[in-house]
Amino acid sequence: MLLVSTVPRLWGDFEMVEESNVLEHELVPEHYVMPEKEVGKVLKQYGLTKDQLPKIRLSDPCILTLDAISGPVEEGMIIRIVRRSATSGMAVCYRLVIRG
Amino acid sequence: MMITGVTKRISAIKFAMLSPEEIRKMSATKIITADTYDDDGFPIDMGLMDPHLGVIEPGLRCKTCGKKVDECSGHFGHIDLAMPVIHVGYVKEIKKLLQSTCRSCGHLLLTKEQADEYVKQRDRIEELTGNTIESSYISAESAKDASSRTTCPHCSAVQLKITLDKPTTFREEGHKLTPKEVRERLERVPDGDLVVLGIDPGVCRPEWMVLTALPVPPVTVRPSITLDSGDRSEDDVTHKLVDVLRINQRLRENRDAGAPQLIVEDLWELLQYHITTYFDNQTSGIPPARHRSGRPLKTLVQRLKGKEGRFRSNLSGKRVNFSARTVISPDPMLSINEVGVPVTAARELTVPLRVTERNQVFAKEMCARGPSPEGPGYIPGVNYVIRSDGRRIKITDKNAETVAEGVETGYIVERHLVDGDIILFNRQPSLHRMSIMAHEVRVMPHKTFRFNLCVCPPYNADFDGDEMNLHGLQSEEARAEAKVLMRVQEHILSPRFGGPVIGAIHDHITGSFMLTYKGSAFTREETVRMLEKVVDLDLPEPAVKKPVEMWSGKQLFSMILPKDLHMTFKASICQNCESCKREACENDAFVVIRSGILLSGTIDEKALGAFKGRVLDKMARDYGPDKVRAFIDRATKLAVGAITMRGFTTGIDDEDIPSQAKREIDDAMVQAKLKVEEHIGAYRRGELEQMPGRSLEETLEVEIMKVLGKARDTAGQIAGRHLGLENSAVIMAKCGARGSMLNLSQMAGAIGQQAVRGERLSRGYWNRTLPHFEQGALGSEARGFIKNSYKSGLSPTEYFFHSMGGREGLVDTAVRTSRSGYMQRRLINALEDVKVMQDGTVRNTAGTIIQFIYGEDNIDPMRAVQGDSVDVDDVILTVLGDEGELIAKVREKGVVSYGIQDKDMLEPSSTAESDEDADFDAGGGEEG
Ligand SMILES: [Mg+2]
Ligand SMILES: [Zn+2]
Ligand SMILES: [Zn+2]
Ligand SMILES: [Zn+2]
Repeated sequence: MLLVSTVPRLWGDFEMVEESNVLEHELVPEHYVMPEKEVGKVLKQYGLTKDQLPKIRLSDPCILTLDAISGPVEEGMIIRIVRRSATSGMAVCYRLVIRG
Repeated sequence: MMITGVTKRISAIKFAMLSPEEIRKMSATKIITADTYDDDGFPIDMGLMDPHLGVIEPGLRCKTCGKKVDECSGHFGHIDLAMPVIHVGYVKEIKKLLQSTCRSCGHLLLTKEQADEYVKQRDRIEELTGNTIESSYISAESAKDASSRTTCPHCSAVQLKITLDKPTTFREEGHKLTPKEVRERLERVPDGDLVVLGIDPGVCRPEWMVLTALPVPPVTVRPSITLDSGDRSEDDVTHKLVDVLRINQRLRENRDAGAPQLIVEDLWELLQYHITTYFDNQTSGIPPARHRSGRPLKTLVQRLKGKEGRFRSNLSGKRVNFSARTVISPDPMLSINEVGVPVTAARELTVPLRVTERNQVFAKEMCARGPSPEGPGYIPGVNYVIRSDGRRIKITDKNAETVAEGVETGYIVERHLVDGDIILFNRQPSLHRMSIMAHEVRVMPHKTFRFNLCVCPPYNADFDGDEMNLHGLQSEEARAEAKVLMRVQEHILSPRFGGPVIGAIHDHITGSFMLTYKGSAFTREETVRMLEKVVDLDLPEPAVKKPVEMWSGKQLFSMILPKDLHMTFKASICQNCESCKREACENDAFVVIRSGILLSGTIDEKALGAFKGRVLDKMARDYGPDKVRAFIDRATKLAVGAITMRGFTTGIDDEDIPSQAKREIDDAMVQAKLKVEEHIGAYRRGELEQMPGRSLEETLEVEIMKVLGKARDTAGQIAGRHLGLENSAVIMAKCGARGSMLNLSQMAGAIGQQAVRGERLSRGYWNRTLPHFEQGALGSEARGFIKNSYKSGLSPTEYFFHSMGGREGLVDTAVRTSRSGYMQRRLINALEDVKVMQDGTVRNTAGTIIQFIYGEDNIDPMRAVQGDSVDVDDVILTVLGDEGELIAKVREKGVVSYGIQDKDMLEPSSTAESDEDADFDAGGGEEG
């Protein structure tokens, strides 16, 4: 598996995890690239255009990792994010990948 | 695109500059003379008051468009400047352009490839996000990149360093650049290079930043006023334009006459000064232009900027009609939905009454009464009548009858407020939605607004001189909407924590405590007196018939409870005994309500209080706003009846303790002091045992604080032994009405350690807090321990230490309020257009999603049970009855701190309480 290094080496003599997969960290929610046909369904469900979705940057560590693991992630793609929620247990949201 | 309800949408806003040609083209006339009016008082042609610039005098017509005063909005004129002048508003851009372009060929100091790359980057960003802020970063970056170059990549000319001498003088390695030279350089910059810097050459050429023509605003923008003496007084902007014109004229004459260069340059600079101050009279680096009286002129920027500027004072802040403001005072006999409005205000605030066939007679009758009908009691009248053609007729005592006869359908009659009208009531700072609520009017004598005390918490109001605002609603829609959404009874539960924000406070709680505590009972007369205020209650059968008829307080309270209410909880007075004796509790703290009958327990803060009232909470949830409103109204009257019947007062003698107890406290203090000395001795001898993770000094501090904390508790306990429930102050503390046992023990026992930043006091003089002590003294007195009580009085050093501790609290709150106020403003600005849509998503006005599901669970926090959507315990208890208690833990968890009530800053005892408890908890908890 390809791993993306995001943690700098700071601790001198201490043994440090040099490479880590942010998506495996327990505080990071699950990110999935959505297949094109499902994208249409979601947009229709909410009556949205892509630009009305929340955004996520290409330079986001999660996107970088996703890009390395499951093929190229490009701007305009939609990421499905599933995370733990204090109020409902689990919450799903969608984000539009943008440059930057 | 799914944008509903939006008929027009701004797709883009473009900012551009006026070119000199445009300025001349839109000009109605050229202004050449500094004179405004001739000797006969007529405006001079081609002067600053030229009639082509619009009309300000009624009766005259505009020479440009022919319209009258309010129809013509005015027309611009222009002044042709003799020499070009820098526009202060653009010096930054001019500097950037001069620095990043070649001094000889005018090209941007970047290679073709570099420039293309920047353009491409920006195009991408604009295409993808339309984010202009980010594209402006790229422009800034390209300019910085270009200005760092020392030779031109196009013509290899060596570049000199350009600096700005504030506000408007540019220098090239010390040599001064005239505005003319600056303009010439800017003219040389090719269109293509401007794009790289983020300038659209189609609408904005940089040389336009150096003015050759100055627009003259229409006279409507700078009207002159005629004083009582008949003299005319001109607007500041006009004055400034006169200056500009005069100097411009002199400059032209001197230049044309071939005057020495020095004189021309002086005049040129003077013109620059006048035009600079014409735009902004607070430009740093130059003295502001002043009026003859010495007052600085208010020029263009001053009109817009700051608190009194157009934006903050005229656009964001608006003043409204049909509003009133006055001092507030309490009235427990009003319903929480009501507000008492003084007659004078009610006659000023009117409601438009549209005359129809049905109400024509009524409207006429009302109109005939005139604007101030007299009579026994309040009789509403009419101030204005608006005819069908829109004309507004003021009603006076004289014309009332005649106007009334003419009233017919289609007229609007503006009648005075009457009882039952819906209005909005507000108290600043309006921090949450409960700061503006709809009330029903009750017109009353005297001059204050009055309302039920239970409504104080949401407004955070008290009656030490607070004023509040009232707004009369002017349309049926507004009234309907306010009644449904904003009425006080709809806001009993707070969306902040899902508990009641409207509820009993202070004496109201004391009253219900006195009504229901243990076997409190009332005679026939007392009972009737209490019940007479609660309109629809009849006298029940007495609880005790012999030897005399007596009614129990619990029985009376039960009368206002719904007949099917079941509740079990612990009251505020509960001592949290190890094992609860439940119904047999000797403090009568275990509240049991079955079928709407209060079987045991005392009704106090936990039952009725704002923020904590469990009965209110449950009733609001299960019975709806109408029922709770009725309950609160009746409970208020009962509680007030009870406290009036028994009488209640508190004074300094409530803190009296026997001299024996005083001696005991003194002894305890001496013991504590000796113990502290012991610890210090051990520390000095090096015998103190170090605590893990702490330095020796820290260990000592911890030990000392432990001892002193315990000493204060001991003092409190000794004092507490003599403070029983027969003591008013104790009643208030125990039932949650006001104050705490800690406050009392500080008044009667000892105040205890004063702290700054959670530590004993240590700063002040060299190695000591005050010169009264030895250097390096660590003893209790030397470091801020107060062994006296508020009652016994503080020694001078103690008083000083107390002020130190108190000051920290004040600074804290001051800092907190200002910072949280700013935070609040930012938050509200960011969230003001966000709303929950029909499909459960949260969006802003652009339809952009903020949350896919509101709160991720679609739960309205106002209707939630402390964050949960369903109150499981309550369901179990409802279904299983008393058996359910075995399964359901009696909910005590959240109740402890529903919402935190902000206490008065002026009450030192309350700050002392929170500070000491939070920061200086050495001796363990206080009261139960
Ligand atoms: Mg006040
Ligand atoms: Zn006109
Ligand atoms: Zn060049
Ligand atoms: Zn108990």
